[in-house]
Amino acid sequence: MANKRIDEPTGTEYVGHEWDGIEELNTPLPRWWLWTFYATVVWAIGYVIAYPALPMISKATEGLLGWSSRGQLAEEISLADQARLSVNERIAVTDIEKLSADPELLQSALGGGAAAFKVNCVQCHGSGAAGNQELGYPNLNDDDWIWGGDLTAIEYTVTHGIRQPDADERQGAMPAFEGMFDRDQLASLVQHVQSLSGRADPDPIGAQAYADNCAICHGPVGEGDRTLGAPRLNDAIWLRGGSADAIRAQILNPKMGAMPGWKDRLDPVTIKMLTVYVHSLGGGEDFVELPEEEPAAEVDEQP
Amino acid sequence: MSNPDAPGPGPGGKPGDGRDWSVVVEDGIAKTNAPVSSAVASPGAATRRHEPHEPPRTHLPEKLYEKRKQVHNKRIDGPFRRFKWLVMLVTLGIYYLTPWIRWDRGPYAPDQAVLVDLANRRFFMFGIEIWPHEFYFVAGLLIMAGIGLFLVTSAVGRAWCGYACPQTVWTDLYQHIDRLIDGDRNARARLDKAPWGPAKIARRGFKWLIYLLIAFATGGAWILYFADAPTLFRDFFTLQADPIAYATVAILTATTFTLGGFMREQVCIYMCPWPRIQTAMMDEHSLMVTYKDWRGEPRGSVKKAQKNPGRYGDCIDCTECVQVCPTGIDIREGPQIGCITCALCIDACDRVMKDIGRPRGLIDYATLEDCEREAAGGHARPAWKALLRPRTLVYLGVWSAIGLALLFALGTRTRLDLTVSPDRNPPFMLLSDGSVRNSYTLKLRNMTQTPRTMELAIEGLEGGRIWTDTIPLTEAARRHTLEVPADETRTVRAYVAAPAGTRQQDFAFTLTTSDRQPEADRSETRFDAPED
Repeated sequence: MANKRIDEPTGTEYVGHEWDGIEELNTPLPRWWLWTFYATVVWAIGYVIAYPALPMISKATEGLLGWSSRGQLAEEISLADQARLSVNERIAVTDIEKLSADPELLQSALGGGAAAFKVNCVQCHGSGAAGNQELGYPNLNDDDWIWGGDLTAIEYTVTHGIRQPDADERQGAMPAFEGMFDRDQLASLVQHVQSLSGRADPDPIGAQAYADNCAICHGPVGEGDRTLGAPRLNDAIWLRGGSADAIRAQILNPKMGAMPGWKDRLDPVTIKMLTVYVHSLGGGEDFVELPEEEPAAEVDEQP
Repeated sequence: MSNPDAPGPGPGGKPGDGRDWSVVVEDGIAKTNAPVSSAVASPGAATRRHEPHEPPRTHLPEKLYEKRKQVHNKRIDGPFRRFKWLVMLVTLGIYYLTPWIRWDRGPYAPDQAVLVDLANRRFFMFGIEIWPHEFYFVAGLLIMAGIGLFLVTSAVGRAWCGYACPQTVWTDLYQHIDRLIDGDRNARARLDKAPWGPAKIARRGFKWLIYLLIAFATGGAWILYFADAPTLFRDFFTLQADPIAYATVAILTATTFTLGGFMREQVCIYMCPWPRIQTAMMDEHSLMVTYKDWRGEPRGSVKKAQKNPGRYGDCIDCTECVQVCPTGIDIREGPQIGCITCALCIDACDRVMKDIGRPRGLIDYATLEDCEREAAGGHARPAWKALLRPRTLVYLGVWSAIGLALLFALGTRTRLDLTVSPDRNPPFMLLSDGSVRNSYTLKLRNMTQTPRTMELAIEGLEGGRIWTDTIPLTEAARRHTLEVPADETRTVRAYVAAPAGTRQQDFAFTLTTSDRQPEADRSETRFDAPED
């Protein structure tokens, strides 16, 4: 340890570090800093003893306090579950049409419904509930409902499903017209169906074929029938496409989608929440949430 | 005076260093040069002082750590001391009293003039209410505070440290408590050395109790900025306040008690990073507290100076400057990190100079530039020249520009706000009548303290109609009237439909009020439509 260099003005030894000509002096540390350092060491030892700290082969040491982040999470989850339980109970006893009267409850229901939708429904209806025309999954955002779009109708559909082996299911089938029409008749019929929504000019031959074969379910002007699940034909929304090819294919050999009934897989509260959520997507019928603007007197009193 | 042949000054290039060497050369007597008196004044300084006549000591630090030396600073009076009193009075007054100022804001907002309402995410400052999205005002104030510090530091050095820093203010307060209870410097030093007996224990206990009360008042005042002060004050003492209030007070009481009562100058020298930054921001034009060694050295008593006229400088080595220093440094060793430029040594030295009939200013605020000029026999430039120079003027300009910009923004900001975010999944959809629908999430903000009626409308988008989650499709129209409660953000899901065949295009939502204070906001957004 030769060559101890001393800073002349202060008489302090250099440490030996130099940055841009500035050198560090070996000035003693204040004693309280030293004690602070010892205190942190003691604290660290205590911490290692009290909390899980040292990694072993399969898990870390457990610590005397028995604390673990996993345990803390479980505790927080159970607290959240309890809080949700009380909300669920309130939703269970509230009539679905009256949920909107309680904005807080409605908010919880919408949140729960959105979560349940993400888990159970997006596989067919898409994450934005926009459906899929190729595969015939209806768009739930629009105002066209095959089986009805008020809360009760949606709840029924979700509970029992469509075309399911269920006594209460939504059942409806369109016959296949393969071989029933000749080429020209078929073309005329397709043109007539398109004309119902203003997409083509009317065609008398097609109109006759329609009246004979289709009007019984789809209605004389193509207004559809919700009790049968016969889609409305005189609007702009096509479940499986509105092109001549798509319509022709659907007449000759119709595809009919199915939806599982959820009563055995989801509890009634979740179904209720799902219903409220789907109803809120923009096309829900009779969903007028106007707590303060609702007039005191009933205006729509009809005999 | 400085001798170019003398061994070079230390890396710091302190003006004080040249002085020691010249003394050696002129005197040629090692003994007289040894700063015996300064050893008395500041034992810490003695170990650090270099004595050039001795062979270089192999000065290894004897210990790895150094025990703190208690600073007992002496009472002093003078212009700087009185200024320090004033700053302490004003800053502590502002700190303790501000939460108690009331401000009538009507039934929808708190009546406290200055309030940081974390729960509701509002910041109230007299007539101004800041919302979270207006946080740039706070950011702007912080930037102004930063540049203000640059401005002050480049002009008058570490004036922040010396007068306004909370650590300085509370340390000063605690030093006054020491003086009040234990007596002035000598009495305190004696008491420190005295063995512990009932009298000393009682005295120390009493003093620490007062320390604790001040610390408690400090921590207590802090929480009053975050809730209604009278209510919280009552709840606090009836043990009904939130646990976080007690925790905050406990922590701040503990830190004030420790840092103000015991750590004191250790915080400034070892813990605070600011002096290191601050010294880097000063230059040779910055005013700082300086000992004018060319005038003071060599030191000698009044008697010696009378015997040998012309031989000695003005410094009579009375060590008053060291005794009054709150951080316990010797300013005559030159600029150093322990100096917070509180200028109490100037007060002390000026008094002594007056007593011995010499001009004031042996220790004075001076720039390095002036020091060189004076040492060469010239005159210092007037202080305003040190203050008004390009660097300070640039800081002042930037500082004022930000301030004016903030004032302008404050004057022209609206108290209503509209934000629009289009829903992207799906971007659009067809309705049964063939029209195209898009949906949007709107946030309508009413930042006044009264409920407001607002008109929501669309601009552009031929044939477009809006309805919302509360307005049914049957009532869809181009404009709607909506109520927004006082001081709230109302989130609205809005649907916009345009006739069949509408193309993708830009349009805007507008929000207007026509109450006593007509205001409007507008938000551009996009309408998506099928491409075929």
